[in-house]
Amino acid sequence: MSEHIVPVKIYVTIFLALLLGTGLTVWAGTTDFPGPLNVVIALTIAVIKATLVVLYFMHVRYSSRLIWVVFTSAVFWLGILFALTLSDYWTRCWLSNC
Amino acid sequence: MAEIYATGHEASHPALQHHFENMEQQREAGTLGMWVFLVTEMMFFGGMFFAYTLYRYQFPQAFASASNHLDLTLGAVNTAVLIFSSFTMAMAVYFTQLGRQQLQVLCLVLTIALGLTFLGIKAVEYHDKYVDSLIPGTLIPSRPFNPDVHKFHLLPGASIRNVEMFYWIYFAMTGMHALHMIIGVGLLSVLVYFSIHGRYSPEYHSPVEITGLYWHFVDIIWIFLFPLLYLLGRHLVHGG
Amino acid sequence: MEEFEVPPPSRINYLNAEYGLKSWLLTKDHKRIALLYLGSVTFFFFIGGIYAMLIRLELLTPQGDLLSSTTYNKVFTQHGIIMIFFFLIPAIPASLGNFLVPMMIGAKDLAFPRINLLSWYIYLLGGIITIYALLAGGVDTGWTFYAPYSTTFSNSYVLATGVGVFISGFSSILTGLNFIVTIHTMRAPGMTWFRMPLFMWAHYATALIMILGTPVVAITILLLAFERLAHVGIFDPAVGGDPVLFQHLFWFYSHPAVYIMILPAMGVISELIANFSRKNIFGYSFVAFSSLAIAIFGFLVWGHHMFVSSQSVYAGMIFSFLSFAVAIPSAIKVFNWTATLYKGSISYDTPMLYALGFIGLFTIGGMTGLFLAALAVDVHVTDTYFVVAHFHYIMVGGTLLAYLGGLHYWWPKISGRMYPEGWGRFSALVVFVGFNLTFLPQFVAGYLGMPRRYHAYAPEFQVFNVLSSAGASILGVGLLIPVIYLVWSMRYGKLAEANPWHLPGLEWRTSSPPPTENFKITPVVTWEAYEFAPPEELEVVGRFRRGQTAEGI
Repeated sequence: MSEHIVPVKIYVTIFLALLLGTGLTVWAGTTDFPGPLNVVIALTIAVIKATLVVLYFMHVRYSSRLIWVVFTSAVFWLGILFALTLSDYWTRCWLSNC
Repeated sequence: MAEIYATGHEASHPALQHHFENMEQQREAGTLGMWVFLVTEMMFFGGMFFAYTLYRYQFPQAFASASNHLDLTLGAVNTAVLIFSSFTMAMAVYFTQLGRQQLQVLCLVLTIALGLTFLGIKAVEYHDKYVDSLIPGTLIPSRPFNPDVHKFHLLPGASIRNVEMFYWIYFAMTGMHALHMIIGVGLLSVLVYFSIHGRYSPEYHSPVEITGLYWHFVDIIWIFLFPLLYLLGRHLVHGG
Repeated sequence: MEEFEVPPPSRINYLNAEYGLKSWLLTKDHKRIALLYLGSVTFFFFIGGIYAMLIRLELLTPQGDLLSSTTYNKVFTQHGIIMIFFFLIPAIPASLGNFLVPMMIGAKDLAFPRINLLSWYIYLLGGIITIYALLAGGVDTGWTFYAPYSTTFSNSYVLATGVGVFISGFSSILTGLNFIVTIHTMRAPGMTWFRMPLFMWAHYATALIMILGTPVVAITILLLAFERLAHVGIFDPAVGGDPVLFQHLFWFYSHPAVYIMILPAMGVISELIANFSRKNIFGYSFVAFSSLAIAIFGFLVWGHHMFVSSQSVYAGMIFSFLSFAVAIPSAIKVFNWTATLYKGSISYDTPMLYALGFIGLFTIGGMTGLFLAALAVDVHVTDTYFVVAHFHYIMVGGTLLAYLGGLHYWWPKISGRMYPEGWGRFSALVVFVGFNLTFLPQFVAGYLGMPRRYHAYAPEFQVFNVLSSAGASILGVGLLIPVIYLVWSMRYGKLAEANPWHLPGLEWRTSSPPPTENFKITPVVTWEAYEFAPPEELEVVGRFRRGQTAEGI
């Protein structure tokens, strides 16, 4: 895999996008949205920011599929931890009163 | 991946380790190794993220109240500082790839400076918690958790006990994050030293790259920590 | 098997290439590091064994007369901690794995030799701290460290032990990291994934578990240690914490950990069964993918340790179902090994005896696991000796037997000497008899209701305990004999040739013991993993190759 040199323009664009995302998340955090939307928006912005860092700053966009699989597996495994553990906590009160 | 197989003995780069066939294989191994290590870091922090998720789900009001008490400005500034440091880190790798040694060193030094700025701001925040007696439990034996309930703005339904839980999570997660940043600053300092001595070149600079991966990862952790810790309940008390 | 030149016995090999303590303690050679680990895990096995002996002595009589209840709690806790964290988890990967992983793929060393050495020092550091905790007064929480007893109420050395175990976890992580990177990036030309021996697939799957699971128990134990030290409240109900959260985070690793213990063993067994039947393994791809499946599914079942811990019954049902599913790839392996034996040219050398023992005992252990996976049955037998017998069948009848089999099989490669075959077979039989006598009665006792972790029990269980303790002494003797003759053989054993068993594996195509760089020239691999017959005699069926038994190899 020969090395890809990412142009400066891309780094600058991503940097500005990350700053914008931060500003956006602060604004959204201080504005009241209905229901659970605040959490959803905050997490969505965080995921997008993290994805930009992973793809461009960490060069995953230009790396082999193996690296992409490695990173995605970790995310998936975290998902397992969360999903199955929450399957306990979220269903505890189904049978009896909590 | 064909080039990582043995192609006979090329003139050995001085940085080629004896058990690798060529520099390409060595670089590939180093990069994959750092990524696998980052996977372990993700799972390591993941446990704490889960504890946060669970208790936030169980005590939403207490967590929101506690979150509101954090300094949003400092947190946001810190986020920007860290993002900027990720940018300078990426630029350091860029300049190394191009062989621009002076700019490479400059970017590494900037990254360190920004990292130290982050840690400094964090220290200020920790100090504020100390002053407000918000350091949980008896971590500081002379100043146990004892916030002034009247100044604290507890949201309806929140118990001060669960507010303490928020601070446990806050200190555990930001503390672990700060520890990783300190290690990162240490690694970067080593890189600066070697860079000044011309050890890295366009042909050999994987230590710079993989340290960059580590640094970006630490940034990503904070990208999640910031909204989860600082922005929980702001929308309820607009502008807190 | 294609003709190749057996390399002449090398005067210089990895054992005599350099002399002196420093050349061992600062080595970067994966083979020397494997031996460092071999010595250390054997040492810890002895310590764990002493605790086992104390348990069996106490349980000879129904009264708690030998040890007080607190001391007994410490004894079984420490038996578990030492055996699990300092023997079972590192034994096969860090000794046999470290030695063979580079050799089996034709590499000169692992990807990160210095990290390999570091992992051994980290293991030792963790071990020393744990031993300090044992000597200072011990820990009595059970190896499972459940909160709130471990965090708040126990008066024993929980913090020190926790730190020791936490540190040793990094050894595991570094080993796994090294294996993954090595297997991905350092295979010799022609060594495709599906030409690798199944030992490699097993270690790859194990490395995945090490990487994905260990960090979670690391943070959990760290939080536990902080709760002990600074009264952090993450698991403390007084501030809203949940002790069951500890259990979830703990078992998220500790269940896959048992697969860390068994997968390398299964890798060894695949090698032993195929090679000592002189036959290609039946269903290579199935066995390879089953290793991955076990690693992945193993992460989905941890709640079966918590059926009676006030976990939601709906989560319990999900975990129960998944626990049944995880048995399937293990069963597939057992079927494939058996099919490999069929019409094989079987030789009953010591390694094969251990392998055959493994198949039977692992099957019993695995099937009793299904009993435990059934929610309703588990409620009855959880925390009884049924569970104890179940996991010992797998860990001793499975992992330990495979470890001994592998050690004997590769002993000529590792030491350049043959072990005495007669003594080998004899001790294999003694181990088998002693093991079954120890643990079979425990199934019955547990099913009849004898609880685990008690130093006193109702008199009606005594007969089972006496049988068990008698078996344990036989097992102890059977395990001691190989230590003696293996050490003896290092000096006085018959010199081994490069390929004493006449097998096609890559590790046999270099001298015994190997030179430091493993192969004089990087091999180019053009043959399949268990190619006992020349290519023209292999029947090609789709992507699968069925090997004929080679006459007169």
